[in-house]
Amino acid sequence: MKKVYATAGEALDGLLHDGMFIAAGGFGLCGIPELLIAAIRDAGTKDLTIASNNCGVDDFGLGILLKTRQIKKMISSYVGENAEFMRQYLSGELELEFNPQGTLAERMRAGGCGIPGFYTKTGVGTVIAEGKEVKSFDGQDYILERGIVADLSIVKAWKADDTGNLVFRKTARNFNPPAAMCGRVCVAEVEEIVPRGSLDPDLIHLPGIYVHRIVQGQHEKRIEQRTVRKREDA
Amino acid sequence: MAWDRNQMAARAAQELEDGMYVNLGIGIPTLVANYVGDKDITLQSENGMLGMGPFPFEGEEDPDLINAGKQTITELDRTAYFDSATSFGMIRGGKIAAAILGAMEVAENGDLANWMIPGKLVKGMGGAMDLVAGVGRVIVVMDHTNKAGESKVLRECTLPLTGKSVVDRIITNLGVLDVVPGGLKIVECAEGVTEEELRAATEATIVG
Repeated sequence: MKKVYATAGEALDGLLHDGMFIAAGGFGLCGIPELLIAAIRDAGTKDLTIASNNCGVDDFGLGILLKTRQIKKMISSYVGENAEFMRQYLSGELELEFNPQGTLAERMRAGGCGIPGFYTKTGVGTVIAEGKEVKSFDGQDYILERGIVADLSIVKAWKADDTGNLVFRKTARNFNPPAAMCGRVCVAEVEEIVPRGSLDPDLIHLPGIYVHRIVQGQHEKRIEQRTVRKREDA
Repeated sequence: MAWDRNQMAARAAQELEDGMYVNLGIGIPTLVANYVGDKDITLQSENGMLGMGPFPFEGEEDPDLINAGKQTITELDRTAYFDSATSFGMIRGGKIAAAILGAMEVAENGDLANWMIPGKLVKGMGGAMDLVAGVGRVIVVMDHTNKAGESKVLRECTLPLTGKSVVDRIITNLGVLDVVPGGLKIVECAEGVTEEELRAATEATIVG
């Protein structure tokens, strides 16, 4: 069971093909698999459908795959920070499926758990419900949403051991665990790979069963909106 | 005379009770955190955090620690982190006592529109549809009228909905209204605003 690869490119070797469906972790630019995204750009894989809460910004995150026209369709809840995204969407070059954020997270989690569909009250009576089965439980309406199973998951964690057990840091966890769970294959990039036995088994956030390949690398970790408060004058 | 942004936020903070877990939206709702006083309130950030703290001091920003508006924030001694599926599990599951959100339109039956204007750039609903469908109480904080002076408190929403019959209370610059059977009920008028002025600025049916 060799899961550790030397580079992001090697970690993706043999897993990429045109027209594939990829689930990506991250929220905004926080906890995004930036090295794997760059490796997919370098590989030139085209016609991608990507499920990810956001689509990066113009020159970072998934935005760099827009620039190279590698994305055919996005499944996202919010795409506000990206001018190139809007340009391609409005010109009809890019397909977009909006999912409510919690519905997207649960679709990934469910897909990874062998649950093909679930009922939720999110979106009942809105455009999100159009074309979906409505069912009443205890007098309340719910809509049927489908679980997502992706060809490949790409995620970012803080630490891994060489068996793929993952630990995340602060709000960089976000969509990474559900995205990892829903892939037939999951590749994780981490800041540090530590020897097995050095992570507390009680404090593993995502067990290595979900993680097939790991790569360690240097992360830029860009901040999207730097907000600060002033120190009180002494 | 009417309430300004900070007075609206201060009024909204009165809705919160000791021990509540609360989600605050972007804009005026964010200001509510400044007015909770001594009340023991835990703020949820739907990207995966309970116990959201204030902005960091300059130089202490952490790219791994942001709120749902993608702003850098800090943690508190009570903070817990979790993934997005768990986060929306607690929202959908009704564990969050209240959400305070902005709005473009609210209707007298509690319909809420705050995510898209047809023909304009659509950025997405983010977590708003999940929040209004799931939390215990939905409180809208917004200006009573739009820039053209038209009421945003309507008989029926004209914009695509974020949620159907989801709003419990509306706090505007002119006063406070509750969604009740048959329409809206005036709870109070803002300082210097008469009930006649509040009624005149409201398209929705006012009952009681």
